[in-house]
Amino acid sequence: MIMGKLKEKLSHLILPLSVLAILIVVNLIKGADYFSVTMINGALYGNIPNMLFGASELVILSIGMTLVTASSRGQDISVGVAAAITSAVFVQILMNSGEITWLTILVAFLASCVVGILIGAFNGSLVAVFKVQPMVATLILFTAGRSISFMIDGKLSPVLANELTSQIGGVMPGLPIQTPIILTAIFIVIVAVFLKVTNLRLYAETVGINAKAARLNGINPTKILFMTYMLLGICCAVAGFIAVTKSGRHDSVNILKYIEMDAILAVAIGGNSLGGGKFSITGSIIGAYTIEMLSRTLLRLEVNPETIKAFKAIFIIILMVVSSPVVRGYLATAKKRIGVGTVGDLAKKEA
Amino acid sequence: MQSEKVLEMQGICKTFPGVKALSNVNFTLRKGEVHALMGENGAGKSTLVKVMTGVYEKDAGRIEVEGRAVHFKSPQEAQNSGIGTVYQEITLCPNLTVAENMFIGRGKYTFVNWKSMNAKTAKLLESLGIPARPTQQLSSCSLAVQQMIAIARAVDMDCKILVLDEPTSSLDADEVGKLFVLMRELKSRGVGIVFITHFLDQVYEISDRITVLRNGELIGEYEAASLPQFELVSKMMGKALDEVENLKRHEVFANDAVSPVFEATGLSSAAGVKPFDFAIRQGEVNGFIGLLGSGRSESVRAIYAADKITGGEMKLNGKKVKITEPIDAMMQGIGYLPEDRKGDGIIADLSVRDNIILAMQVMKGFFKPLSRKQAEGFADEYIKRLNIKTASMNTPIKQLSGGNQQKVILGRWLLTHPKYLILDEPTRGIDIGTKVEIQKLVLKLAEEGVSVTFISSEIDEMLRTCSRLIVMKDRQIVGELSGTNLTQKDVMQVIAGGSV
Repeated sequence: MIMGKLKEKLSHLILPLSVLAILIVVNLIKGADYFSVTMINGALYGNIPNMLFGASELVILSIGMTLVTASSRGQDISVGVAAAITSAVFVQILMNSGEITWLTILVAFLASCVVGILIGAFNGSLVAVFKVQPMVATLILFTAGRSISFMIDGKLSPVLANELTSQIGGVMPGLPIQTPIILTAIFIVIVAVFLKVTNLRLYAETVGINAKAARLNGINPTKILFMTYMLLGICCAVAGFIAVTKSGRHDSVNILKYIEMDAILAVAIGGNSLGGGKFSITGSIIGAYTIEMLSRTLLRLEVNPETIKAFKAIFIIILMVVSSPVVRGYLATAKKRIGVGTVGDLAKKEA
Repeated sequence: MQSEKVLEMQGICKTFPGVKALSNVNFTLRKGEVHALMGENGAGKSTLVKVMTGVYEKDAGRIEVEGRAVHFKSPQEAQNSGIGTVYQEITLCPNLTVAENMFIGRGKYTFVNWKSMNAKTAKLLESLGIPARPTQQLSSCSLAVQQMIAIARAVDMDCKILVLDEPTSSLDADEVGKLFVLMRELKSRGVGIVFITHFLDQVYEISDRITVLRNGELIGEYEAASLPQFELVSKMMGKALDEVENLKRHEVFANDAVSPVFEATGLSSAAGVKPFDFAIRQGEVNGFIGLLGSGRSESVRAIYAADKITGGEMKLNGKKVKITEPIDAMMQGIGYLPEDRKGDGIIADLSVRDNIILAMQVMKGFFKPLSRKQAEGFADEYIKRLNIKTASMNTPIKQLSGGNQQKVILGRWLLTHPKYLILDEPTRGIDIGTKVEIQKLVLKLAEEGVSVTFISSEIDEMLRTCSRLIVMKDRQIVGELSGTNLTQKDVMQVIAGGSV
């Protein structure tokens, strides 16, 4: 029974896991020292820790993106911009609070979460109440967001120069692992617990698969859509918080630029249908780490940083084609042809 | 002397994977007649029409248009041969003008002469008596007028055969009248019209002849004037009038002293059902009966608040309750198995387990998920109890056969332990064995004190399970039947005639 369950789970994750495996093999061929880790100033550094560190924001955003995709059958393309706004709010509150303490950081962070929820509610209302296509609805904020973020900043790139925030974005004394990695892990645990103690999974999947039937079974699709967008808003706030503490300054123009596309890609690589319905957050998380690892692998292979995006694109095209229903169907047919030879029947059925 | 045949179809066969949709069907249309094509759902009407209009290719048979043998490979070819089709949903472009709609996609016009296009359209509209201006945007016309414009377009394209598939379903009585005026005008011009509708009165008002199909087979072709309504109904449903089956009907629940479990007064909904009163007692099985489109589904949907309720009040055990959304009905102990299993019932990609626990889980609440073990326990219980055939409880429900899907939905509602269960067409499209199982289950539930409203297109099923039949026609209740010696003939007569 347990083996069966494991098998069921693994079959969904076969794509992201195999990609991850390929990348690891490539890295090992390049140099056997890939897994080596060194201790610098009491914290661990190396290829793997750096990859985990770099992927933090993407992982968190891809979790929220998975939920939104599942319930609304569409994607939110304003996540990077939303994170820019929430982190701008965070920075402003912190800088205007006089003394920077753990308490003021917490207050500023919670305030940025509230802003994230409001942004989610805005997008959610367009999608759930006014039935605007998710991508079109979030295009509004995508277009306007960085200007809003800039207005909140008030001046060019406010700098967060203090010990505490750089500990959040870097290393806490006494902890051997970089803080963003720990925060990401905590966030994943919170999400896992939330999914365990609520029916979010069942409701979101039901709404995404058949909203009409969901309503007839007592689910309010509008509420669920709202909720997933608000949860994504919180994800944006957390991602923005990590990004701004990492860089130490708030650069409205460049903070988490283009991350929305990577977040959507992470969901897709994770074996999730972008058309909504059943979802796997584990898949999306692995997908997010895969994307980060891909970028870093290309760097390690000494691909010119300017051309990395093109190579990344090629890799992703191959990935998407291999996992497309067309290729899968072809492979299945080929398998049958080798096997029993009932292709004629199959063709008849298809015709 | 017979008038000239404009379309003749002989021995038409069409098979879909696993289904014989049409077997050896003949159909003849004369010049200048309105010919009604009748049959219940799945009888093969739409398949025949689609073969006629080139949407499907026939497997076997012969089609002749005005004596010439034809073999349509596309709707375009059918159109070129003079067969025009107007569907229930209007397939014109609402954001273009009437005149543009009239001429769009008709080939030869590379450059548009707006003036002559509008003038031609105006002339055509006038000659057919359609109240619209050529430069008016189509969406600003009423549905009936849009329907007429679609017809006018077909007529202007020189059609000799006009297929009208449910043209009246979204029109009110007044608009139907106007449409009939137009149809008579076309008739007098010699156009042969194939008319498909679920409204019997309309059939008799306008048709010259009637062809009845059932289960893909031709039942017969009749002169409308010599086929009484109830005979038509019996031919559509496939029961000979004198056939009196020995039915093991459920004991009639005649105890008037018991007050109803559920009561509705003056209930109406946005789906167009006219205000009606309804009551059901504990352990009673009743049913709404009527042809498709009579409003039987809309009525039960109103009870469950599946469609927006527009008026009336509801009482449960004598206490007034407010039901505005399905969840309210569920919390009051009402369950609803919808007519459209695929569209409204199953959550296709979810597992059998999740589909079974869904309603019960929702009633428990968002913050009270069942543990995996509990969910598996419930799923296992109902898979066994209802004898659901599935590879495992983790199998997506879409991989199950129709009958087993239906049983999963039944299990979903049984798990909520309803006081009142509404089953709309639970037996449609499933095999005979499962049908019987479901009927038995309904009777058993009633014995246990559950009230059930049962709807089926098959009268014998209704007679076997229901102690009271509420007869519907044209979206209102026209009568009620109860008693131990009801026969199919009684029922059919009421459906056809509309009086008890």
